[in-house]
Amino acid sequence: MNPFSSGTRLRDMIRSIRACKTAAEERAVVRKECAAIRAAINENDNDYRHRNLAKLMFIHMLGYPTHFGQMECLKLIASPGFPEKRIGYLGLMLLLDERQEVLMLVTNSLKQDLNHTNQYIVGLALCALGNICSAEMARDLAPEVERLLQFRDPNIRKKAALCSIRIIKKVPDLAENFINPATALLREKHHGVLITGVQLCTDLCKISTEALEHIRKKCTDGLVRTLKDLANSPYSPEYDIAGITDPFLHIRLLKLLRVLGEGDADASDSMNDILAQVATKTESNKVAGNAILYECVQTIMSIEDNGGLRVLAINILGRFLSNRDNNIRYVALNMLMRAVTADAQAVQRHRATILECVKDSDASIRKRALELVYVLVNDTNVKPLAKELIDYLEVSDQDFRADLTAKICSIVAKFSPEKIWYIDQMLKVLSEAGNFVKDEVWYALIVVITNASELHGYTVRALYRAFQTSAEQETLVRITVWCIGEYGDMLVHNVGMLDIEDPITVTESDAVDIVEIAINRHASDLTTKAMALVALLKLSSRFPSCSERIREIIVEFKGSFVLELQQRAIEFNAIIAKHQNIRSTLVERMPVLDEATFIGRRAGSLPGAASTQTVPSVSLPNGVAKPVAPLVDLLDLGSDDAPAPSSSGGDFLHDLLGVDLSPASQQSEAGQASKSGNDVLLDLLSIGSPSAQTSSSTVDILSSNSSNKAQVSPLDDLSSVSLSSKSTSNAAPVMDLLDGFAPSAPKENNGPVYPSLTAFESNSLRLTFDFSKQPENPQTTVIQATFTNLTSNTYTDFVFQAAVPKFLQLHLDPASSNTLPADGNGSITQSLKITNSQHGKKSLVMRTRIAYKINGKDTLEEGQVNNFPRDL
Amino acid sequence: MIRFILLQNRQGKTRLAKYYVPLEDSEKHKVEYEVHRLVVNRDPKYTNFVEFRTHKIIYRRYAGLFFSLCVDITDNELAYLECIHLFVEILDHFFSNVCELDLVFNFHKVYLILDEFILAGELQETSKKAIIERMGELEKLE
Repeated sequence: MNPFSSGTRLRDMIRSIRACKTAAEERAVVRKECAAIRAAINENDNDYRHRNLAKLMFIHMLGYPTHFGQMECLKLIASPGFPEKRIGYLGLMLLLDERQEVLMLVTNSLKQDLNHTNQYIVGLALCALGNICSAEMARDLAPEVERLLQFRDPNIRKKAALCSIRIIKKVPDLAENFINPATALLREKHHGVLITGVQLCTDLCKISTEALEHIRKKCTDGLVRTLKDLANSPYSPEYDIAGITDPFLHIRLLKLLRVLGEGDADASDSMNDILAQVATKTESNKVAGNAILYECVQTIMSIEDNGGLRVLAINILGRFLSNRDNNIRYVALNMLMRAVTADAQAVQRHRATILECVKDSDASIRKRALELVYVLVNDTNVKPLAKELIDYLEVSDQDFRADLTAKICSIVAKFSPEKIWYIDQMLKVLSEAGNFVKDEVWYALIVVITNASELHGYTVRALYRAFQTSAEQETLVRITVWCIGEYGDMLVHNVGMLDIEDPITVTESDAVDIVEIAINRHASDLTTKAMALVALLKLSSRFPSCSERIREIIVEFKGSFVLELQQRAIEFNAIIAKHQNIRSTLVERMPVLDEATFIGRRAGSLPGAASTQTVPSVSLPNGVAKPVAPLVDLLDLGSDDAPAPSSSGGDFLHDLLGVDLSPASQQSEAGQASKSGNDVLLDLLSIGSPSAQTSSSTVDILSSNSSNKAQVSPLDDLSSVSLSSKSTSNAAPVMDLLDGFAPSAPKENNGPVYPSLTAFESNSLRLTFDFSKQPENPQTTVIQATFTNLTSNTYTDFVFQAAVPKFLQLHLDPASSNTLPADGNGSITQSLKITNSQHGKKSLVMRTRIAYKINGKDTLEEGQVNNFPRDL
Repeated sequence: MIRFILLQNRQGKTRLAKYYVPLEDSEKHKVEYEVHRLVVNRDPKYTNFVEFRTHKIIYRRYAGLFFSLCVDITDNELAYLECIHLFVEILDHFFSNVCELDLVFNFHKVYLILDEFILAGELQETSKKAIIERMGELEKLE
């Protein structure tokens, strides 16, 4: 015999492990035992195999690796005696699961044991199969299990029934084989068999409509009778729980009736009486009774409408809601959530109680209640509800705030009756929980603020006050900084005073103080600091008296280690110092941001990814898709989208706000165009693309502007863009550039129209090209490429590459995104600029190569495009 | 459907863990750790239900032991709460006045009882008497 194992019994091993005082000691004991067990395994020791495996299971439970014992399970299962098999199967269930290959080896043993003459061994095999069987095993052993559903011993029948559930879940095709034996089980008197039979039928109904139809037709009345007998049964000690006979069976029966009654008026009708009886007669002072009532209410709310029953159900929930037991209140909230769709009015009656639950100390209840309040909000009650929630925000737990804030923001945005109320509520939220506010939310707030022109002054003053008390809330700081940058003059001069406001006196330097605090705040992140720099630049023009001080603040950041801040500081400093004459034009107010575009964009972008670079396009009647300059980009650092030629003004504005991260490069040759001040500006902000094309593209923009002016007066243009902008002659071209932002921008400068082209199409992907050309530059074609996903898998790491022959020059802008959502649910756009040096002689030709990942797997698609329109 | 059943003491030592869905060992340890953290500090006045990932934990504390069931979000919480109690009564009956040590030394029997009570994540038998009798028969075979 092995010297180590020398007969330590399981009990002794557990004792010695328990006696260990330190983790190291325990590891030593376990190591010794494991060594002994390995040795025994190597010697193929039969006598102690099941004892060793039992030890190994204990060791496994302590969290040590025990994979070396897996084969021992199989050996034990194959041995003849019950004690060995018992431990073998137990080990199988503990140490292995359906994904291990080893499991396949056990199929044969299981088959034999399922046919064993000893019913206890059959029971073991069924148990193991029910707990860990894989799809292959399910297929192989389904006939055995099916047969065992009719076994004489009820203990086997009930095990076989639950085993069948696992089998049909693994292999739904097998469901139809089980319909008849399963319905036979519903006639059983033995509670164990009946409850498992009911459960099997419930799962069958979920998997197969055929089963649902069959059971609904054949068994509904029988089940109603069974439930009636059960509900009326006299006291039976064996199944009694708190004075109710077998509440578990009650619940299972009610659940199956629910499945059968849903969507079927006749079946629902036949169960009305018994449901009414259960709902009225069940004792509700113990958990068991309440569990039944809860299930019964669920069934009543799910089956076809019966007004009387529903009233009864809602009343039960009302009673639950006022119960002192938290568990009961929890399930009531849970159920009311589902009842809202059936009878919102009835649920509204309990609003006050539900609102109290939001403030409960128990997180589980709070969470449920908050979700319920969220669905209860409508136009009429939004004001009091939002007030309650916002008031509660002040005292709520830190870990609940994120949820609460998100819900409040969503409620306020969805139901706000007027803008001032929306702004007021959002400011309260920002001051209380600004750190929990998501990016989309404050982007949306800025959109609303820019659109509420009569409230600009009010908003900036309210923010100024809020900042005094809540400067630690990051989002509040950002919004304040942004608003002071835009509307600082209104703050100082008390412009647009509303009756409800208390007048405040803010000097120009007070306003600058705020921005300075924000930029020097330790906690401020890059976005906030960058926004503060822009605000400072704007203020330097609005408050000439503070200009010098502002310059000093900006200069401090010339040495910033963050490239973005450094660059802004240097550029802005140059603007303040050297370009006084154009500064005021440069730092005009932001044009009003278009709400519809923003909402559309939000709906189109992926949830949770506000910075995805999707550019929604508005289809114009002439079939040319024109990208709408995205708002979020303006506020979002680091996203550089690909503007079409008509919106190249957008680029300019991006640069103005420092969104584009491309370095400022001085170019000397760009003096050819007419308005010198602007040229310098363009240079400074490095609009356009790499060197060779820079001069031409600059000319392009300006010349397209002049052609534009011929058709639309710049002033008209200007007013269509921004109501608040002042008109100075110097401003006109700048404003012109901005017109890319207005969705109604003139489209005449799109040049000749070319039909769209499907450049590439496979089973999984479609690529279409839309062309546009500037009339004054016939050699250059701008191609808007749109990629559509034709499969149901999302593509990630999407990269498009193109190659052209020497006579063509290709410039690829960055794609709108590198993720392509499934089912054509959105697309990636990318613009290409091709210059054809042989224009008129040769037509375009291109090779494409598209690489992406499906579920992490690389895919590559290549193609050649020869069918470009001839005259490109 | 029950996803898994855990018996843990206050220190977080797992005394029984039964999984009805396949999980990696490392994942199991993580789950056990997280569940323990979730339930151990909850006020006794609070609900016995905690949301856990996409499921729900129904737990009940008996002396220093936590019995936790992980169930689907739509399952009847109160019924599972009652179910835990029935299981404890069965254990109490079987070990006549059960304590943690009984469960430690006879862990394999606890699994056997559990296998007679719950199978494939569903309730198999609701009669305490039937299970105790069945256990008697099985013991005789040893």
